[in-house]
Amino acid sequence: MTMREKIEEAAARYPDQRSAIMPALRIAQTEHGHLPGPVLEEVANILGVERIWVYELATFYTLFHTEPVGMFHLQLCDNVSCMLCRSEDLLRHLEEVLGIKKGETTPDRLFTLSTVECLGACEMAPVMQVGDDYHGDLDIARIDALLDRLRTEARQPTGADLALAAPPGDYRHV
Amino acid sequence: MFEPILLKNVDVPGGHLLSTYEAGGGYQALVKVLREYTPDEVVELVKRSNLRGRGGAGFLTGMKWSFVPKQSSKPKYLCCNADEGEPGTFKDRILMERDPHQLIEGLAVSAYAIGAKTAYVYIRGEYVTAIRRLEQAIAEAHAKGYLGSRILGSDFNFTVHIHCGAGAYICGEETAMLESLEGRRAQPRLKPPFPAVAGLYASPTVINNVETLACVPHIVVRGSDWFRDIGPEKSPGPKLYCVSGQVRKPGLYELPMGIPLRELVDHAGGPPPGRRIKAVIPGGVSAPVIPEHGLDVGMDFDSLAAAGSMLGSAGVIVIDNSTCMVKVATRIIEFFHHESCGKCTPCREGLNWVVKILRRIEAGDGAPGDLEQLDMLCKGIFGNTFCALGDGAAMGLRAALKHFREEFVAHIEERRCPLH
Repeated sequence: MTMREKIEEAAARYPDQRSAIMPALRIAQTEHGHLPGPVLEEVANILGVERIWVYELATFYTLFHTEPVGMFHLQLCDNVSCMLCRSEDLLRHLEEVLGIKKGETTPDRLFTLSTVECLGACEMAPVMQVGDDYHGDLDIARIDALLDRLRTEARQPTGADLALAAPPGDYRHV
Repeated sequence: MFEPILLKNVDVPGGHLLSTYEAGGGYQALVKVLREYTPDEVVELVKRSNLRGRGGAGFLTGMKWSFVPKQSSKPKYLCCNADEGEPGTFKDRILMERDPHQLIEGLAVSAYAIGAKTAYVYIRGEYVTAIRRLEQAIAEAHAKGYLGSRILGSDFNFTVHIHCGAGAYICGEETAMLESLEGRRAQPRLKPPFPAVAGLYASPTVINNVETLACVPHIVVRGSDWFRDIGPEKSPGPKLYCVSGQVRKPGLYELPMGIPLRELVDHAGGPPPGRRIKAVIPGGVSAPVIPEHGLDVGMDFDSLAAAGSMLGSAGVIVIDNSTCMVKVATRIIEFFHHESCGKCTPCREGLNWVVKILRRIEAGDGAPGDLEQLDMLCKGIFGNTFCALGDGAAMGLRAALKHFREEFVAHIEERRCPLH
């Protein structure tokens, strides 16, 4: 299905097209990796809604990215339960081994590192979301093993330059 | 011996599949109400059970349903609040991932009771596995005739749609959730009108939490007396408690409503070796913290309210004696500050000031008068906001300042954290 068809199918679930903006943005982000201006305009056109309505949602909700993120978005929870289980040690380690601060992307565009509010998985704190998956009960050894796995996975498609291997439409999940 | 009901299937392999749910008696409640009960009788049954909403506010579910006008020219909607953003809380995720049909049956029975033909499950976007499992379960239920047109040969038509959130805690507030569902920024609405009268698309709407809806089929099958006989009379039933933090066996526990908090922490193995409990947050970070000497309180709506805290989402966070309470309080307020939707000034601006002061104190740069300033800011926020987000922040901070004031004072006087 094309992006338009997916959005139209989602929109059929609502009596008002405005309700379909969030599902449409989710579909568009999966297709394009992030939500730059032209993609937001396209969503507005498909749904036939005001462009400002689309912009205001894309900038309000934290899961929508108007700027590009790396191939793997590491979202470490640092809310209370994870904090009590020493998530800050993991953040320090991630910053050190990746050579970036939280909020930044590695120069090879492989990893973006963020801290996020509660992921709703406090029973396996400290926890991190990468793509669609949750990784819990983390410690430094598990973080290192995970990073190794992700790097291996990133090399697998062609072994070519990552900027070529991961075009904007190729939003990889773990 | 208490028998887990809501979590019966969660550890069963394939517990998310229709075949597993049916094998355990699933969808018999839907069959029963469609054959034997009028919608009003279902509402009465739930009223008699004294089921109180499991999302946080604890409002009586049957009473909420009865506020929906009987005659309405507009369609009625049922919304499931599956946004679950309260730190410390993960019960709804596990219910949806591991036993989604329990929720779907609860939705169908509840929709029948209030006269809704459409339900939207507003689920937080991070819960990808739960979303997929729920989508799969909805498709299975449709194929088997538990959803769709003329369900099980009756005149009842009902469809469930999933609406994914996108990372905003405020969506758990029911009117903000409706705004979000209508495609707007999630900001709370002024009440009245209440959603039961003018909710989604200005139509009569009931909003219930996942756990609340999951209780409904069991009340139908086992009866309201069974439900009311578990735990305290005014807030009865089986309850899911999420236990996390500095505890040996964090996890989801199903126990009777009203179990003493100390006993619950014991179920979860108590604090790590060599440590002792310092405090417990009983109901997600909105709930005022309880110091160790207060742990004999019953885990139910009324007992916790009487003890100056609240059951909230039953997200129990255990804090041991190695932890600085100033740090905990700062992180909690940082959360509320980050998640403030910005609609009203006391919350938007007040929490900004509170965060700045707390960070300063934590960093060893506190000043005389800071604590009085925090007291004053709490007073300015509490009760003066559109929704409960500001109240939750103020209540949490007030409790930390009340029970652990000496730690705040020590930070200011010693210009460092005495623990680290």
